[in-house]
Amino acid sequence: MLEGAESLRLWGETLRALGRSPGAVIGGGLLLAILATSLLFPWFTAADPLAQDLLARLTPPCWQEGGSLAHPLGTDNLGRDVLVRILYGSRVSLFVGFAAVLVACGSGILLGLLSGYYGGRLDSLIMRVADVFMAYPFMLLTISVIAVLGNSILNLILVLGLSDWVTYARTVRGSVLSIKEKEFVTAARSVGTPNRVILRRHIFPNVLSPVLVLGTVRVANIIIWESGLSFLGMGVPPPMPTWGRMLAEGRVYITDAWWLVTLPGLAIMLTILAINLLGDGLRDALDPRLRNIPR
Amino acid sequence: MARYILKRLWHTVYVAVGISLISFFFIHLSGDPVLLMLPPDASKEEVETLREQLGFNDPLAVQYLRFAGHALRGDLGVSLVHRVPALDLIFERLPASLELAGAAMLFALAVAVPLGILAAVRRGSLLDLGSMLAALFGLSMPHFWLGIMLVLLFSVHLGWFPTSGRGSFAQLVLPALALGLSLLAMFARLTRSVMLEVLGQDYVRTARAKGLRERLVIGKHALKNALIPLVTVAGMQFGFLIGGTVIIETVFAWPGVGRLVVQAIFSRDYPLVQAAVLVLAVLFVLINLLVDLLYVLLDPQISYGGGS
Repeated sequence: MLEGAESLRLWGETLRALGRSPGAVIGGGLLLAILATSLLFPWFTAADPLAQDLLARLTPPCWQEGGSLAHPLGTDNLGRDVLVRILYGSRVSLFVGFAAVLVACGSGILLGLLSGYYGGRLDSLIMRVADVFMAYPFMLLTISVIAVLGNSILNLILVLGLSDWVTYARTVRGSVLSIKEKEFVTAARSVGTPNRVILRRHIFPNVLSPVLVLGTVRVANIIIWESGLSFLGMGVPPPMPTWGRMLAEGRVYITDAWWLVTLPGLAIMLTILAINLLGDGLRDALDPRLRNIPR
Repeated sequence: MARYILKRLWHTVYVAVGISLISFFFIHLSGDPVLLMLPPDASKEEVETLREQLGFNDPLAVQYLRFAGHALRGDLGVSLVHRVPALDLIFERLPASLELAGAAMLFALAVAVPLGILAAVRRGSLLDLGSMLAALFGLSMPHFWLGIMLVLLFSVHLGWFPTSGRGSFAQLVLPALALGLSLLAMFARLTRSVMLEVLGQDYVRTARAKGLRERLVIGKHALKNALIPLVTVAGMQFGFLIGGTVIIETVFAWPGVGRLVVQAIFSRDYPLVQAAVLVLAVLFVLINLLVDLLYVLLDPQISYGGGS
């Protein structure tokens, strides 16, 4: 049973292992920098992502001929500042990504715990529904639901989150199946501890490691899906800038303004790269089996 | 084995029923298709008559049962927009989606497997670090952005490939590359990690101790075992690809099923959406069944007979 000092010791060990992984340090640092910039930049600049300057339409980035420091990453077809729009877009993507993962994690953990612990018909029902969700073409599911509910940030978070519960539920169920046969669980059961207490105090803390690794990887996926939906016009409604919509709008000007299709995509890639690096480090730190692979 | 196949076919049936239920009820909540089919100045009587004719006044449960009954006879309804059987439209577009997904998958596997093996065998070398770093970048790029970047470089600047459409090999290259590069990255990482695990096993050590040549150890003993997880993931990804090429099909104006369904969702073409989602999901399940059966060929130790 991982409780109190033992649990703290293991988390400390994990953090130390993370600190020893250069990839995790770079990824974690980059992600922290992106998060801090995304959250704090409005305190340092009053620039408006919707402000148009029609005289400065399609201005290239400052290092290119015709560019200016007033718009370091250039402007779009309406003269809106690309840097400011990318920064505002980061808030949408990160918020939707983390919030949707919380929704998916929450529902997946709950269903996985119930399915694995109680077994029987409840397990069968949950796993059969999971099979259906696994087979449903994910992108088409999210587009259909957004078409029904309308596109808002809340709907996007709920749809992306609730479409992604299956992986968590299956992972948690697998862990529960092995943990529930361990001595500390049978001992707790034999002294009459109620099931919900066993689930909360003895089983839940032991399934967190794989969920943490999975959650990190899925944040990256959700950010990509969110930008894909925005690209199709099914994401966060206008006029709020999002990376996906910037790419869709910029595609019309691909021959004249390369920066409109390149820079928002680079922002997505850097964010995903940071999350993937951190996820890899976290997996290595939490999975002793992979750590022991001989060189 | 026969029992296992029957069990998996039963699995396909309940997944198909589940999928049809979800898509049926979600799509029916999205609005009134009759209003889209008639001109904006249509009278209330005209709207009501058409709704009655199409059976949209019946309770949803009745409408679903009618749909399911027809589906069992191979009739998935008529597209409200195109006015032809939905299944005909899907089968007309399916080859394009299969072609794109197949080309992306072939390209990814052909490059990723040798790269992953080399990276594992030469663990810690420059090749290992370089290829895994490249794979990490590949995994971090959304495929639709990669598609746009490929168009910018190879179509706009170099003029080597067309920007869109289907029909020639040149038109297939960019969308297949855009879809395949992230798969390549995923497969290369997977091959490397599975090979590393297999190379540490006792039977590989024994094969080496017997004096077998390294090429034989890797090709005959290690790779064969490493292929099992690779086949699983590749099979699942192929299933996902067929229904997941929506955005790439939009970027390259590729006439596949994904693009057809998105257009159908926007125009509330219920029968077409239901039919397409059903066909894609059943294909996904069948591909997974095929993958499961492939295991037997790859590893004779796996048996699907009576609980062994």
